[in-house]
Amino acid sequence: MNTSMNYLDGNAAAGELSRIFALDITAAEGQCAKCGAKKPFAEAHLYMQCPGLVARCAGCDHVLLRLVNAGRRVFLDVSGLNWLALDTSLQESGR
Amino acid sequence: MTWRAAKVVAVRDETATARTLALAVRDWPGHVAGQHVDVRLTAPDGYSAVRSYSIASAPTSDGRIEITVERLPNGEVSPYLTQEVMVGDELELRGPIGGWFVWRSDQTESIQLLAGGSGIVPLMAMIRSRRSAGSNAPFRLLYSVRQPETVFYRDELRALSNQGDSVVITYAYTRVTPKDWPRPAGRINAELIARGTWPSNLRPSSYVCGPTSFVEHTTDLLIAAGHDRARIRTERFGATGERK
Repeated sequence: MNTSMNYLDGNAAAGELSRIFALDITAAEGQCAKCGAKKPFAEAHLYMQCPGLVARCAGCDHVLLRLVNAGRRVFLDVSGLNWLALDTSLQESGR
Repeated sequence: MTWRAAKVVAVRDETATARTLALAVRDWPGHVAGQHVDVRLTAPDGYSAVRSYSIASAPTSDGRIEITVERLPNGEVSPYLTQEVMVGDELELRGPIGGWFVWRSDQTESIQLLAGGSGIVPLMAMIRSRRSAGSNAPFRLLYSVRQPETVFYRDELRALSNQGDSVVITYAYTRVTPKDWPRPAGRINAELIARGTWPSNLRPSSYVCGPTSFVEHTTDLLIAAGHDRARIRTERFGATGERK
Protein backbone atom coordinates (compact mmCIF):
# COMPACT_ATOMS: atom_id res chain seq x y z
CA MET A 1 0.00 0.00 0.00
CA ASN A 2 1.20 3.48 -0.83
CA THR A 3 2.09 5.05 2.52
CA SER A 4 0.75 8.41 1.41
CA MET A 5 -2.70 6.75 1.15
CA ASN A 6 -2.38 5.01 4.50
CA TYR A 7 -5.09 6.97 6.26
CA LEU A 8 -8.83 6.88 6.79
CA ASP A 9 -10.98 9.85 7.76
CA GLY A 10 -12.71 11.35 10.75
CA ASN A 11 -15.72 9.06 10.26
CA ALA A 12 -13.60 6.13 11.41
CA ALA A 13 -12.78 7.84 14.72
CA ALA A 14 -16.37 8.58 15.64
CA GLY A 15 -17.05 5.35 17.52
CA GLU A 16 -14.00 5.72 19.74
CA LEU A 17 -14.64 9.44 20.29
CA SER A 18 -18.27 8.71 21.23
CA ARG A 19 -16.83 7.43 24.52
CA ILE A 20 -15.81 11.02 25.26
CA PHE A 21 -18.15 13.31 23.33
CA ALA A 22 -21.89 13.12 23.87
CA LEU A 23 -22.51 14.82 20.50
CA ASP A 24 -21.59 13.58 17.03
CA ILE A 25 -18.02 14.49 16.17
CA THR A 26 -18.10 13.78 12.41
CA ALA A 27 -20.44 16.68 11.59
CA ALA A 28 -18.65 19.01 14.01
CA GLU A 29 -16.68 21.81 12.38
CA GLY A 30 -13.19 22.54 13.63
CA GLN A 31 -10.49 25.08 12.86
CA CYS A 32 -6.91 23.96 12.28
CA ALA A 33 -4.59 25.85 14.64
CA LYS A 34 -1.88 25.98 11.97
CA CYS A 35 -3.47 26.86 8.61
CA GLY A 36 -6.82 28.17 9.88
CA ALA A 37 -8.92 25.91 7.62
CA LYS A 38 -12.44 25.31 8.91
CA LYS A 39 -13.65 21.83 8.01
CA PRO A 40 -15.95 19.10 9.29
CA PHE A 41 -14.06 16.65 11.49
CA ALA A 42 -15.23 13.88 9.09
CA GLU A 43 -12.79 15.24 6.49
CA ALA A 44 -9.70 15.04 8.70
CA HIS A 45 -7.15 12.39 7.71
CA LEU A 46 -7.06 9.68 10.33
CA TYR A 47 -4.12 7.44 11.16
CA MET A 48 -4.86 4.36 13.25
CA GLN A 49 -1.57 2.42 12.92
CA CYS A 50 -0.59 3.46 16.43
CA PRO A 51 -1.60 2.80 20.07
CA GLY A 52 -4.36 5.36 19.68
CA LEU A 53 -5.45 7.53 16.82
CA VAL A 54 -4.16 10.69 15.19
CA ALA A 55 -6.27 13.08 13.11
CA ARG A 56 -4.46 15.45 10.75
CA CYS A 57 -5.71 18.48 8.81
CA ALA A 58 -6.68 17.47 5.25
CA GLY A 59 -5.26 20.78 4.03
CA CYS A 60 -1.86 21.17 5.75
CA ASP A 61 -1.30 17.82 7.55
CA HIS A 62 -1.03 19.49 10.97
CA VAL A 63 -1.94 17.18 13.89
CA LEU A 64 -5.42 18.24 15.04
CA LEU A 65 -6.25 15.60 17.63
CA ARG A 66 -4.57 12.66 19.30
CA LEU A 67 -6.21 10.03 21.45
CA VAL A 68 -4.32 7.36 23.37
CA ASN A 69 -5.79 4.59 25.50
CA ALA A 70 -3.52 3.86 28.46
CA GLY A 71 -5.03 1.32 30.82
CA ARG A 72 -7.93 2.98 32.62
CA ARG A 73 -7.10 6.43 31.33
CA VAL A 74 -7.71 8.03 27.95
CA PHE A 75 -5.40 10.88 26.91
CA LEU A 76 -6.93 13.40 24.54
CA ASP A 77 -4.83 16.14 22.93
CA VAL A 78 -6.82 18.69 20.94
CA SER A 79 -4.16 21.41 20.94
CA GLY A 80 -4.06 21.31 17.13
CA LEU A 81 -7.59 22.70 16.97
CA ASN A 82 -8.43 26.32 17.76
CA TRP A 83 -12.02 25.30 18.35
CA LEU A 84 -14.60 22.63 17.62
CA ALA A 85 -18.28 23.50 17.00
CA LEU A 86 -20.70 20.67 17.72
CA ASP A 87 -24.32 20.65 16.56
CA THR A 88 -26.59 20.12 19.56
CA SER A 89 -29.51 19.08 17.32
CA LEU A 90 -27.58 15.91 16.48
CA GLN A 91 -28.07 13.93 19.67
CA GLU A 92 -27.15 10.24 19.79
CA SER A 93 -24.39 10.64 17.20
CA GLY A 94 -26.26 12.00 14.28
CA ARG A 95 -29.86 11.22 14.94
CA MET B 1 -22.21 5.44 23.68
CA THR B 2 -22.71 1.98 25.12
CA TRP B 3 -22.21 -1.49 23.67
CA ARG B 4 -25.43 -3.30 22.81
CA ALA B 5 -26.08 -6.98 22.32
CA ALA B 6 -26.95 -7.91 18.74
CA LYS B 7 -28.23 -11.31 17.67
CA VAL B 8 -27.56 -12.64 14.18
CA VAL B 9 -30.99 -13.41 12.69
CA ALA B 10 -30.03 -14.18 9.06
CA VAL B 11 -26.95 -14.46 6.86
CA ARG B 12 -26.79 -14.07 3.08
CA ASP B 13 -23.80 -14.33 0.75
CA GLU B 14 -23.40 -11.36 -1.60
CA THR B 15 -20.25 -12.57 -3.41
CA ALA B 16 -17.65 -15.31 -2.89
CA THR B 17 -16.01 -13.16 -0.21
CA ALA B 18 -18.76 -10.92 1.17
CA ARG B 19 -21.65 -11.75 3.43
CA THR B 20 -24.61 -9.77 4.74
CA LEU B 21 -25.56 -10.27 8.39
CA ALA B 22 -29.03 -9.29 9.58
CA LEU B 23 -28.89 -8.31 13.24
CA ALA B 24 -31.57 -7.78 15.87
CA VAL B 25 -30.14 -5.14 18.18
CA ARG B 26 -31.33 -4.67 21.75
CA ASP B 27 -32.75 -1.16 22.34
CA TRP B 28 -31.70 0.00 18.87
CA PRO B 29 -32.59 3.73 18.59
CA GLY B 30 -32.83 3.70 14.77
CA HIS B 31 -30.38 5.09 12.24
CA VAL B 32 -29.95 7.35 9.22
CA ALA B 33 -28.72 5.99 5.86
CA GLY B 34 -24.93 6.26 5.65
CA GLN B 35 -24.19 5.68 9.34
CA HIS B 36 -21.99 2.85 10.59
CA VAL B 37 -21.61 0.66 13.65
CA ASP B 38 -18.60 -0.64 15.53
CA VAL B 39 -18.57 -4.40 16.13
CA ARG B 40 -16.56 -5.82 19.05
CA LEU B 41 -15.45 -9.42 19.29
CA THR B 42 -13.91 -10.66 22.53
CA ALA B 43 -11.87 -13.86 22.82
CA PRO B 44 -12.09 -16.11 25.90
CA ASP B 45 -8.73 -14.69 27.11
CA GLY B 46 -10.17 -11.17 27.10
CA TYR B 47 -8.46 -9.96 23.91
CA SER B 48 -10.89 -7.86 21.96
CA ALA B 49 -10.97 -6.34 18.48
CA VAL B 50 -13.24 -3.55 17.24
CA ARG B 51 -14.03 -2.89 13.59
CA SER B 52 -16.39 -0.46 11.84
CA TYR B 53 -19.02 -1.60 9.36
CA SER B 54 -21.49 0.50 7.42
CA ILE B 55 -25.17 -0.23 7.79
CA ALA B 56 -26.57 -1.54 4.48
CA SER B 57 -30.27 -1.47 5.31
CA ALA B 58 -32.79 1.36 5.23
CA PRO B 59 -33.91 2.74 8.58
CA THR B 60 -36.71 0.70 10.15
CA SER B 61 -38.38 0.74 13.53
CA ASP B 62 -38.12 -2.98 14.24
CA GLY B 63 -34.65 -2.90 15.81
CA ARG B 64 -33.09 -4.74 12.89
CA ILE B 65 -30.14 -3.68 10.77
CA GLU B 66 -28.02 -5.33 8.11
CA ILE B 67 -24.28 -5.01 7.62
CA THR B 68 -22.30 -6.41 4.68
CA VAL B 69 -18.79 -7.58 5.50
CA GLU B 70 -16.04 -8.19 2.94
CA ARG B 71 -13.53 -10.84 3.96
CA LEU B 72 -10.02 -9.42 4.02
CA PRO B 73 -6.97 -11.68 3.73
CA ASN B 74 -5.25 -11.79 7.14
CA GLY B 75 -8.17 -9.91 8.70
CA GLU B 76 -8.78 -10.40 12.42
CA VAL B 77 -12.53 -9.90 12.43
CA SER B 78 -13.87 -10.21 8.88
CA PRO B 79 -13.01 -13.94 8.42
CA TYR B 80 -15.07 -14.70 11.52
CA LEU B 81 -18.01 -12.57 10.42
CA THR B 82 -18.03 -13.96 6.87
CA GLN B 83 -17.25 -17.63 7.54
CA GLU B 84 -17.86 -18.64 11.15
CA VAL B 85 -20.77 -16.67 12.49
CA MET B 86 -24.15 -18.47 12.56
CA VAL B 87 -27.77 -17.49 13.03
CA GLY B 88 -28.38 -17.19 16.77
CA ASP B 89 -24.86 -15.99 17.62
CA GLU B 90 -24.48 -12.76 19.61
CA LEU B 91 -22.14 -9.87 18.85
CA GLU B 92 -21.48 -6.60 20.65
CA LEU B 93 -22.29 -3.48 18.71
CA ARG B 94 -21.93 0.29 19.24
CA GLY B 95 -23.90 2.79 17.18
CA PRO B 96 -25.34 4.29 15.14
CA ILE B 97 -22.24 6.38 14.47
CA GLY B 98 -21.69 9.45 12.30
CA GLY B 99 -23.91 12.38 11.34
CA TRP B 100 -21.85 13.67 8.39
CA PHE B 101 -21.82 10.97 5.72
CA VAL B 102 -25.61 10.57 5.76
CA TRP B 103 -28.55 11.04 3.39
CA ARG B 104 -31.84 12.07 4.97
CA SER B 105 -35.10 11.40 3.15
CA ASP B 106 -36.11 15.07 3.34
CA GLN B 107 -33.21 15.98 1.00
CA THR B 108 -34.73 16.76 -2.42
CA GLU B 109 -31.63 17.74 -4.44
CA SER B 110 -30.02 15.47 -7.07
CA ILE B 111 -27.78 12.85 -5.50
CA GLN B 112 -24.65 11.38 -7.02
CA LEU B 113 -23.32 8.20 -5.40
CA LEU B 114 -19.82 6.93 -6.23
CA ALA B 115 -18.81 3.54 -4.85
CA GLY B 116 -15.46 1.77 -4.99
CA GLY B 117 -15.83 -1.96 -4.22
CA SER B 118 -17.42 -2.55 -0.83
CA GLY B 119 -17.86 1.23 -0.53
CA ILE B 120 -21.28 0.47 -2.02
CA VAL B 121 -22.59 -0.55 1.43
CA PRO B 122 -23.55 2.84 2.97
CA LEU B 123 -24.66 4.07 -0.47
CA MET B 124 -26.97 1.06 -0.74
CA ALA B 125 -28.53 2.14 2.56
CA MET B 126 -29.23 5.52 0.93
CA ILE B 127 -30.77 3.88 -2.16
CA ARG B 128 -32.93 1.65 0.03
CA SER B 129 -33.86 4.57 2.27
CA ARG B 130 -34.93 6.64 -0.77
CA ARG B 131 -37.22 3.81 -1.79
CA SER B 132 -38.70 3.03 1.62
CA ALA B 133 -39.37 6.74 2.25
CA GLY B 134 -41.05 7.15 -1.16
CA SER B 135 -38.57 9.91 -2.06
CA ASN B 136 -38.39 11.24 -5.63
CA ALA B 137 -34.89 12.70 -5.25
CA PRO B 138 -33.00 11.98 -8.51
CA PHE B 139 -30.28 9.41 -7.76
CA ARG B 140 -27.37 8.23 -9.88
CA LEU B 141 -24.82 5.61 -8.90
CA LEU B 142 -21.39 5.10 -10.42
CA TYR B 143 -20.16 1.77 -9.07
CA SER B 144 -16.56 0.70 -9.61
CA VAL B 145 -15.84 -3.01 -9.18
CA ARG B 146 -12.99 -5.34 -10.12
CA GLN B 147 -15.16 -7.71 -12.15
CA PRO B 148 -18.85 -8.63 -12.59
CA GLU B 149 -18.70 -11.33 -9.88
CA THR B 150 -17.76 -8.79 -7.20
CA VAL B 151 -20.92 -6.68 -7.54
CA PHE B 152 -22.88 -6.56 -4.25
CA TYR B 153 -26.72 -6.60 -4.27
CA ARG B 154 -26.68 -7.48 -7.99
CA ASP B 155 -30.31 -8.59 -8.42
CA GLU B 156 -31.70 -5.75 -6.32
CA LEU B 157 -29.71 -3.14 -8.29
CA ARG B 158 -30.81 -4.66 -11.58
CA ALA B 159 -34.46 -4.59 -10.52
CA LEU B 160 -34.10 -0.95 -9.42
CA SER B 161 -32.51 0.21 -12.67
CA ASN B 162 -35.28 -1.49 -14.67
CA GLN B 163 -37.92 0.69 -13.04
CA GLY B 164 -38.87 4.01 -14.56
CA ASP B 165 -38.48 6.57 -11.79
CA SER B 166 -35.50 5.17 -10.09
CA VAL B 167 -31.76 5.06 -9.71
CA VAL B 168 -29.58 5.35 -12.82
CA ILE B 169 -26.64 2.99 -12.45
CA THR B 170 -23.33 3.00 -14.34
CA TYR B 171 -20.80 0.24 -13.74
CA ALA B 172 -17.06 0.67 -14.08
CA TYR B 173 -14.99 -2.52 -14.22
CA THR B 174 -11.36 -2.14 -13.22
CA ARG B 175 -9.99 -5.64 -14.00
CA VAL B 176 -12.47 -7.78 -15.99
CA THR B 177 -15.58 -6.62 -17.89
CA PRO B 178 -18.67 -8.61 -18.86
CA LYS B 179 -18.64 -10.05 -22.41
CA ASP B 180 -19.12 -7.46 -25.17
CA TRP B 181 -18.78 -4.56 -22.72
CA PRO B 182 -18.21 -1.37 -24.72
CA ARG B 183 -15.43 -0.03 -22.52
CA PRO B 184 -12.12 -1.73 -21.68
CA ALA B 185 -11.42 -2.50 -18.02
CA GLY B 186 -9.79 0.39 -16.18
CA ARG B 187 -10.05 2.99 -13.44
CA ILE B 188 -12.73 5.64 -13.47
CA ASN B 189 -11.60 8.53 -15.68
CA ALA B 190 -12.93 11.90 -16.81
CA GLU B 191 -14.89 10.35 -19.67
CA LEU B 192 -16.69 7.99 -17.31
CA ILE B 193 -17.40 10.82 -14.87
CA ALA B 194 -18.93 12.79 -17.76
CA ARG B 195 -21.06 9.83 -18.85
CA GLY B 196 -22.01 8.31 -15.50
CA THR B 197 -22.64 11.28 -13.19
CA TRP B 198 -24.89 14.32 -12.96
CA PRO B 199 -23.48 17.43 -14.65
CA SER B 200 -22.04 19.93 -12.18
CA ASN B 201 -24.49 22.67 -13.19
CA LEU B 202 -27.27 20.61 -11.54
CA ARG B 203 -25.38 21.15 -8.26
CA PRO B 204 -25.88 17.59 -6.98
CA SER B 205 -24.74 16.43 -3.57
CA SER B 206 -22.15 13.70 -4.03
CA TYR B 207 -21.26 10.84 -1.71
CA VAL B 208 -18.00 9.01 -2.40
CA CYS B 209 -17.11 5.84 -0.48
CA GLY B 210 -14.32 3.34 -1.03
CA PRO B 211 -10.65 2.72 -0.39
CA THR B 212 -8.64 5.88 0.26
CA SER B 213 -6.99 5.84 -3.20
CA PHE B 214 -10.42 5.52 -4.88
CA VAL B 215 -11.85 8.39 -2.84
CA GLU B 216 -8.89 10.71 -3.61
CA HIS B 217 -8.89 9.87 -7.33
CA THR B 218 -12.66 10.15 -7.77
CA THR B 219 -12.98 13.36 -5.76
CA ASP B 220 -10.24 14.98 -7.88
CA LEU B 221 -12.12 13.99 -11.06
CA LEU B 222 -15.39 15.45 -9.73
CA ILE B 223 -13.68 18.73 -8.84
CA ALA B 224 -12.01 18.82 -12.30
CA ALA B 225 -15.50 18.33 -13.82
CA GLY B 226 -16.65 21.50 -12.04
CA HIS B 227 -18.23 20.11 -8.89
CA ASP B 228 -18.09 22.20 -5.71
CA ARG B 229 -15.84 20.50 -3.10
CA ALA B 230 -18.26 21.60 -0.39
CA ARG B 231 -21.00 19.43 -1.94
CA ILE B 232 -18.87 16.27 -1.98
CA ARG B 233 -18.93 14.08 1.13
CA THR B 234 -16.42 11.27 1.43
CA GLU B 235 -15.86 8.18 3.51
CA ARG B 236 -12.60 6.26 3.26
CA PHE B 237 -11.74 2.82 4.47
CA GLY B 238 -8.67 0.64 4.33
CA ALA B 239 -6.99 -2.46 5.66
CA THR B 240 -6.10 -0.72 8.92
CA GLY B 241 -9.69 -0.05 9.84
CA GLU B 242 -10.87 -3.29 8.23
CA ARG B 243 -13.87 -1.34 7.11
CA LYS B 244 -17.07 -2.78 5.61
